[in-house]
Amino acid sequence: MSIVATYLSWALLVIGGLLCISGSVGLLRFPDFFTRMHAASVTDTLATGMILAGLMLQAPTWIVLAKLIMILVFVLLTGPTAGHALAKAALHSGLKPLLPGKSGVLEADTKPSGGV
Amino acid sequence: MESFVHVVIILMLVTTAIAIVRVKDLFAVTMLAGIYGLLSASFFVLMDAHDVAFTEAAVGAGISTLLVLTTLSMTGRFEKASVKPQADYRPVLALVLVTVTGALLIYGTQDMPGFGTADAPVQTHVVPRYLNDSATEIGIPNVVASILASYRGYDTFGEVVVIFTAGIGVLAMVMSNATKMPVVQTALMSDHVVLRIVSKMLIPLIMLFALYVQFHGEYGPGGGFQAGVIFASAFILYAMLFGLTAARNVVNHTLVQLLSALGVLLYGSVGVVAMINGGNFLDYNFLSDDPVAGQMLGILLVELGVGITVASVMIIIFFTFTARSQKEGEAD
Repeated sequence: MSIVATYLSWALLVIGGLLCISGSVGLLRFPDFFTRMHAASVTDTLATGMILAGLMLQAPTWIVLAKLIMILVFVLLTGPTAGHALAKAALHSGLKPLLPGKSGVLEADTKPSGGV
Repeated sequence: MESFVHVVIILMLVTTAIAIVRVKDLFAVTMLAGIYGLLSASFFVLMDAHDVAFTEAAVGAGISTLLVLTTLSMTGRFEKASVKPQADYRPVLALVLVTVTGALLIYGTQDMPGFGTADAPVQTHVVPRYLNDSATEIGIPNVVASILASYRGYDTFGEVVVIFTAGIGVLAMVMSNATKMPVVQTALMSDHVVLRIVSKMLIPLIMLFALYVQFHGEYGPGGGFQAGVIFASAFILYAMLFGLTAARNVVNHTLVQLLSALGVLLYGSVGVVAMINGGNFLDYNFLSDDPVAGQMLGILLVELGVGITVASVMIIIFFTFTARSQKEGEAD
């Protein structure tokens, strides 16, 4: 049982770490603000969640487990909220997402889309 | 492996510091300063200094970033490019001054024992005394809290007075008549449903966590400084979301000013009570018949005083800055 929990925990930790790296790469390489934010929010929620779940499987006492669950709830509440606020602020100040144009190449949407 | 992580974090600190110097966009500089604080906190965790890391994360990465952002809303986002230097602009003098001061400081360190040497005085009798006798003399598990609040009670008293003085300074310089004028209720965030609901859920939890940090400081990382900052951040979050007028209805400005003085008064009074009972200033052994119980009581009260002052001063600084920027920003 404990062996299975250990392997599962390390699998979750490694996947979480890989998602962190992929999120950072996305943050650097994606073309515009909104796609970059998408990459960052994957790190915020999924990667953090997996790392916390991996740590939970190794928690020595129930109080550590309870604290990790509280951190998870806090992160799951604040991460998406921060992302939402960022995206809304960007839209409010007139930043438009890149969309595929007629030629199939990504270009900024110049037509006003009616605001938010 | 661990030293590798140390080197990486220190390199990242240096990179961030260089970026802070070079970037002209003050908004980016503020964010970089927050990152610098968070990196320092990680470094402190690696050095097993959890209390310091907690303080750095709460103050350096948290509330100071927030306060600087509030200031930026008054001063504008970009550094002024110096068009033409004025006649008395002599950077060489400043450079000489900095070089001489730095050289003197480095010369001064020559007399100090080498960093981390085993025969330094701090390793031979100060640290062993704290580590060996704290459990019997003070009776609390967290040695950092017993050093901060009891062995080094004078220093901490000084720090609290410094924070209080900073609050007074901000009030004296910035307030002028900012609190007198009615602040226009702006519905700036009222359409942000998600933000408001999540914040309403989080604000009580933040306050609860602050109280936990405050009263758990004797057993784990935490204490008055961190708790005060976290408690104040709950009010600041409220003020940012619901406007300054609504926050003023929750937090009476006069009351907060009184509280900021009350914390210092509480700290000092503990010392005076110890003197009345026949001990030295801030000698908690004389607060109760049982010295250990007296120490516990003294640390509890002193940390409470620190927490009250820090929280009130942070709230005062934020509110004063925001009132000022709303007053000046009415044109736009």
